[in-house]
Amino acid sequence: MSGPRLVRLPESIVEIVSDAGEGAQKAAVSFAQVCAKAGNGLWTVEIIPSEIQPPPHTTGSASGNRIRLAERNPVTNVGNLANVVFAFNEMALLSRYEANSVADDALILIDNQWATHAIESYQRSYKEVLDMARGKGATILEIPLEAETLKYVDNPQHGKNMFAVGLLCALFNKDLEILKGVIQNVFKKKTREVIDTAVRVAIAGYQYGLANLESQFDVPALPTDEEKVAMNGNTALALGAIAAGFDLCSMYPITPATSASHVLSEIFEDFGGFVHQAEDEIAAIGVALGASYAGKTALTITSGPGMALKTEFQGLAVMTETPLVIVDVQRGGPSTGLPTKIEQGDLLHCLYGTPGDAPKVVMAASTIEECYYILATAKKIAEELRMLVIVLSDANLATGQQLFTRPDISQTPRRTPLDLSPVAEGSLPYDWDPVTGLSQRFIPGQPGGMGVITSLNHDRNGKACYDSERNQRGHQMRSRKLAALQKSLHTPEINGDEEGDLLLVGWGSTKGAIEEAVEQARANGIAVSSVNIQFLSPLPPGLKQMFSRFKKVMTVELNYSDDWDDPLINRENRRYGQLAWLLRANTLLDIDCYAKVPGRPLMPVEIVEEIQKQVSPEPVTSNL
Amino acid sequence: MSSILEECAGESCAVNAHSIEDYQSELPRWCKGCGDHGVLAGLQRVMRKNNVDPENVVAVSGIGCSSRLPHYLRTYGFHGIHGRALPISTGVRLARPDMKVIVTMGDGDCFSIGGNHWLHAIRYNIDAVVLVLDNEVYALTKMQVSPTTPEGWKTNTTPKGTYLQPMNPIGVVVGMTNVSFVAQTATWLPAHLDETIEKAWEHKGLSFVRILQRCPVFMPQAFGEGGLNFPVTFLENENGIPVHPGLLKRGPAKPHNHLDINEALQVAASVDPAPMGLIYHNPKLPTYEETRFGRRKRPDHETFLNRLNSTMDRYAV
Repeated sequence: MSGPRLVRLPESIVEIVSDAGEGAQKAAVSFAQVCAKAGNGLWTVEIIPSEIQPPPHTTGSASGNRIRLAERNPVTNVGNLANVVFAFNEMALLSRYEANSVADDALILIDNQWATHAIESYQRSYKEVLDMARGKGATILEIPLEAETLKYVDNPQHGKNMFAVGLLCALFNKDLEILKGVIQNVFKKKTREVIDTAVRVAIAGYQYGLANLESQFDVPALPTDEEKVAMNGNTALALGAIAAGFDLCSMYPITPATSASHVLSEIFEDFGGFVHQAEDEIAAIGVALGASYAGKTALTITSGPGMALKTEFQGLAVMTETPLVIVDVQRGGPSTGLPTKIEQGDLLHCLYGTPGDAPKVVMAASTIEECYYILATAKKIAEELRMLVIVLSDANLATGQQLFTRPDISQTPRRTPLDLSPVAEGSLPYDWDPVTGLSQRFIPGQPGGMGVITSLNHDRNGKACYDSERNQRGHQMRSRKLAALQKSLHTPEINGDEEGDLLLVGWGSTKGAIEEAVEQARANGIAVSSVNIQFLSPLPPGLKQMFSRFKKVMTVELNYSDDWDDPLINRENRRYGQLAWLLRANTLLDIDCYAKVPGRPLMPVEIVEEIQKQVSPEPVTSNL
Repeated sequence: MSSILEECAGESCAVNAHSIEDYQSELPRWCKGCGDHGVLAGLQRVMRKNNVDPENVVAVSGIGCSSRLPHYLRTYGFHGIHGRALPISTGVRLARPDMKVIVTMGDGDCFSIGGNHWLHAIRYNIDAVVLVLDNEVYALTKMQVSPTTPEGWKTNTTPKGTYLQPMNPIGVVVGMTNVSFVAQTATWLPAHLDETIEKAWEHKGLSFVRILQRCPVFMPQAFGEGGLNFPVTFLENENGIPVHPGLLKRGPAKPHNHLDINEALQVAASVDPAPMGLIYHNPKLPTYEETRFGRRKRPDHETFLNRLNSTMDRYAV
């Protein structure tokens, strides 16, 4: 025997889960970095308990990461069911089965200390969970994780995770030297002793793997010269905000948006900016708006409940035509909902949440890379059109990590000082261009531009007025800016053929999963294509013509819709997904939707199933 | 002769000196007898006295009668939404510390719907002149009870009389951490009002001034019919608001050390008679914007790019 047998795979999905605080997160980050350095495409996503210190050895305590590594690059989504689960205890494992996240034929690695543990209930549940997994077809490898780790450290809580990383690197045939480098980097702020111990334990795990594994997986990497970076969507937003030239982010803590502000808080001052944590969500947007009014377009970052609180100020930004950028990192709603989980439930709120007619720009980032670039676009639109721009992200982008091409920093535009030159005599504060509604704004400090901007309806002079003619005019001018922007947008590109049986329409972070599903379905001979819409307000041109070339059009969204076969539901009362609602109104086409709220990203496989259902000869909708 | 020349050279005759008209915009549309007129005039006078360029002043307000004030000033102005003048002002100061900021709010605006912002703005201690024009009633919406309406008084939402004791906003402000300037005055004491606004203008930090003024339409009986029969005590200190002899017929004066927080707390707790003058002053507290700007670097473009590059290195694979 010359060691384990090598099995070549195009991709694999690995989940590492432990009790909160046992270090599965760090193990996963290390493993992901090893894969990235080896050249694999990668998408990782955190598995986060909703409490800080949940009771240990329960399903609610499971904490860790899912890592999808692949031959191809980029990997655009979290993928389907997990092929490998490394669990520090059986309850953590059970939580992944309960989340319907594990493939039936998965390889399970689990700490075997629970088989003989002093607490009898642990012994019992260990056996039950493993029997269940075996019953489904899983292969179980029981690892003396705690026992082996204890050979190197006194407290196995600080070491098991490194043993696990070593073992996983052996399982995936990764280079030990890369692993050593990664661990040294991950622990670089710790003492020499801590680092040495971590490396020793990881090597032990690696050697244990080589000695005991029957087979090894090899997910090869496609060679590339491109420099890559790996980060989550919130980090990308934060770095993108700096590159875009913002210098104030005014915020209030809210999951899952806050980590963007953590990144900014750490480094923003070095770039001439700062984060202001306001007393509440309302003040957060108010401070941003005040700064924008004073000439420095500011940013506020929040999530659904915060958006609700910010609506009145949004109306003020629209009415006064003050540029402003809001990022909404969406989570499950309504109300507190699912704070740490993904949903795309805020689209219609962002479009129509403000009382009265409040035209604004709404854009959605569809990849982590786009999170980096989108704020520069948003700021430019906000300033040139004197408009409120809302940028939608979501918990999937916020907590997922993706590899993407390293941005070219040298292209970052120079930040220009404020132009405080005198305003030309006779200029008006709202000198609307009658065609586009655009006007030049005055900045405090500009001589000759003095005047009040008001939340009241006003005319070209900025004066409050209450007559019907000037009220209609103000509305027209604010609305027309959206039409002007729409003229500058391109019809989004179709993924797949320009015509066919089915077109899937998505927005935001579902893009990767939808495109992967379409690719698979097309390989199976189905005439399906997809399109991702980045601008939700204004909608890009050409959608109706595009949709008309397909027999059926349906949106794929992570928000609620009634199912056709739900009780009482018929054509008259069915509530559609939010993009479907918008597109139906916009195109007058009978657009269907596959819209649901699982609280997790969509898996390509479930979209493939839906595609098959839609193109099958059986009618899928109960028409009356 | 020379004194007139000097005065002339020092004020309106100087080449670049501003006149009152430079700060006047359209004709105010407040009711006859409303104290808002006096506050507006006081602000215009203090700006002329300091010869400030009108383009370097931003007047921010919320919603209510008093919040119309920015419309009547020829400075930059932001007439915002109910209760939210202070966050907007904080944003203006954080973006543009070169701008002088004036904030006008009403009692409902500041103490009720804007309550949270009020407390925190005091703690931030942004540099702004914050005037609350307190008429003890919601007037623009036509006579509803406000946090400062006296107990038992009838309004449209309390037709049988209010249920609660009025709030003492001075007590709240003086009790707030990081408070730096608190004064109280009234529109029926025009000279005292002007001198209070001047003092507030000079202070670096958040100058909180509560200005008592009756609403002649909806609450004419307030403040003893606009001061005619309203017990006050003037706080006397050589560095405070001067107590001119003419004021003493309105109420007695008593010595007060406005630099002593304990004395200020004691004065702030007394509402009858109402304390008038400078209640608390700490001229040494840093403003929020000073603190924040002090830690902020100002990299040139090259340094900016280098820093962004090395930040990106942290995420490089």
